[in-house]
Amino acid sequence: MSEMSVSVSAPTVHPGSQPLPEAPAKVTARNLNFYYGDHHALKNINLALGTNRVTAFIGPSGCGKSTLLRIFNRMYDLYPGQRADGQLLLDHTNILDPKLDLNLLRARVGMVFQKPTPFPMTIYENIAFGIRLYEKISKSEMDGRVEKALRGGALWNEVKDKLNASGLSLSGGQQQRLCIARTVAVRPEVILFDEPCSALDPISTAKVEELIQELSENYTIAIVTHNMQQAARVSDKTAFMYLGELIEFDDTSKIFTSPSDRRTQDYITGRFG
Amino acid sequence: MAVESNVIDAAGPYDRAKALSAFKLGDVTFYWITRLSAISVLLILGGIIISLIVGAFPAIQQFGISFLWTQRWAPSADPPVLGALGPIYGTLVTSFIAMLIAIPVGLGIAIFLTELCPQWLRRPIGMAVELLAGIPSIIYGMWGFFVLGPFLANTFQPFMIRVFDGVPVLGAIFAGPPSYLSLFNAALILAIMVLPFITSISVDVFKTVPPVLKEAAYGVGCTTWEVVRSVVIPYTRVGIIGGVMLALGRALGETMAVTFIIGNSFRISSSIFAPGTTISAAIASEFAESDGLHQSGLILLGLLLFVLTFFVLAAARLMLLRLETKAGK
Repeated sequence: MSEMSVSVSAPTVHPGSQPLPEAPAKVTARNLNFYYGDHHALKNINLALGTNRVTAFIGPSGCGKSTLLRIFNRMYDLYPGQRADGQLLLDHTNILDPKLDLNLLRARVGMVFQKPTPFPMTIYENIAFGIRLYEKISKSEMDGRVEKALRGGALWNEVKDKLNASGLSLSGGQQQRLCIARTVAVRPEVILFDEPCSALDPISTAKVEELIQELSENYTIAIVTHNMQQAARVSDKTAFMYLGELIEFDDTSKIFTSPSDRRTQDYITGRFG
Repeated sequence: MAVESNVIDAAGPYDRAKALSAFKLGDVTFYWITRLSAISVLLILGGIIISLIVGAFPAIQQFGISFLWTQRWAPSADPPVLGALGPIYGTLVTSFIAMLIAIPVGLGIAIFLTELCPQWLRRPIGMAVELLAGIPSIIYGMWGFFVLGPFLANTFQPFMIRVFDGVPVLGAIFAGPPSYLSLFNAALILAIMVLPFITSISVDVFKTVPPVLKEAAYGVGCTTWEVVRSVVIPYTRVGIIGGVMLALGRALGETMAVTFIIGNSFRISSSIFAPGTTISAAIASEFAESDGLHQSGLILLGLLLFVLTFFVLAAARLMLLRLETKAGK
C-alpha cells in the first residue's frame, strides 16, 4: 500500500482481487460523443459501469476522463457551448434527455471533486444542507442522518465534538471526507470521484481509498485518477482513455497485467503520459 | 581569458558597491515618499475634524447637547434657535428607505448577471449599470423633480393612501397632501444612485466564488436559487456588506440631487410623502446666505454627518468581525 513507491513497471494489483463476477450495468454509454463548442472531445464511447463496482478511468491529461465523468451527472450543462450526443442510460433513464430534472439526477449521481469543496457553513450544516433539499425531517432524525453520513465518510470520530465549527476549519483530508459524507448523505446510487486524492497527503489518500472500497458495497463508483497504483488498488474495472477515445476497458487485473492494446501497455509502464 | 576575468574581479566589488549605494538612496527616497503620503491622510483628516470643531464651537456653546433633539430651526429668531433633529431624521429615513430598495434590487441584478443571464444580454445590462453610476447627480435631481415628483404626487401617493387608509401605522406613513418634494422622492432617487455601487461590487465578488464550489452545490442537487442563497452569498458576504456600506456612505452624504427634491423643510412629519431635509441638503441650501451663529450651526451639522458616517462604518466593521468569528475563520 506504499504510496511512495515509484516504479517504472506496471503497478501490481493487490492479491486477492480476483475479478468479481460480471455485475448488471448501472450506467451504460453507447456511442457517446461530447463537444466543447467545435472541439470533439469524446469520440464514440461505449462502456458500462457495473452496479456496486468501482470503475477507474486512467489516461494522460486531457484524454477526456474528467469530461466523461461530468457527463454522468450533466455537470457540463452549467456551461454554454458544451453538448453531448449518443446514448447514456442510468438504469433505464436517459441522462441526456433535455427534459430530465437535473436536480433529481444529481441527487442520484453524486460527485466528489479534485479539490475539497466544503460549503461556507458548519460541519453539521454541510451534511444537513443536502438532505434538507429533498426531505423534511425532524431535528433528531436529522442528527441521526448527519451522524450516519459522517460515519459513512469515516469522519465522525474526528469531528463529533465540533459539529458547529466551520467546514473550512478542517484539514484538507478531512474536508475531502466531509465532501464524501455530504455526497453519501443524499443517498445517491452512483458516486463520481474526480481525482479525489490529488490534493491530499498519503495518509489521507489511504483513508479515502479505504472509504471508496467500503462505499462500493452499496454504491456504483466511477473514479478518475492520475495515480495508477490507486486505480489498481481500488477498482474492479479500469478504462484507459487516450485522446478522447476509450482504448481499453477491462478487469483491472487484466489491464495492469496483460493489456491487449499497445498504448495501454505503454501508458501503464510509464512510457508516456 | 584569465586576464579578463581578473579585470572583472577587480572592478566588480567597486562597481557593485556604487550601484548598491545608488539603490539605497532610491530606497530611502521611496520609503519617505510613501510614508509622507500615508501621513498626509492623517493630517488631512485631522485638519478637517479640527476646523469643523472650531467652526462649530459657537453653536456648541450656545445650544449644547440639546442641539441633537431640538426640532425648531429658526436662524432669524431672536435669539436664534437651531436644532438638528429634522435633518438627522431626514438623513436616516431617506438612507434607510433607499437601502431598503437598493439592496434587494442591486443584489438581484448581480445574481441575474452572474448566474442566470444569457451571454448576449450580459454586456448591455452590465454597461447600463455602469452608465447609471456615471450620471451626474444634478441630472438625477432634475429627473426626480420633473418626472418622478409629479408621478409620486399624482398617482403613487393617492394609491397608497387608498390602500392603507385607516391602517394604524402605515396610514400615517403615507398620509398628507401630495407634494412633488418629499422624503420618499429623495429616497427613491438615492436608491437609483447607489444601485450601481451595490450591483457592481456584488458582481465582482460573486465572480470570486470558485466554479468548483458552485459545481459541488449543483452536484448535490441544488437549484440555482439554492446555490446562490446557501453558497454564493455566504461565501461573499464580506464583500457584499462592503458594497452596501459604500452605498450607504454615499446615500448619507449625497447632496445635490437630494437638495433639489427634498423640499428643505425642518419639520418632522410622520408621512414619508411630506417634504423634509437632510443634513447635507440643509447645509447646501443655507450656507451661502448664513453668517455668525447660523453658519456655526450649519458647520455643527456637518460635524454631525461626519460622526454619523463614522459610526455607520464602525458598525459595519463590527458586524464583519462578528460574522468572521461566527464563521470560524
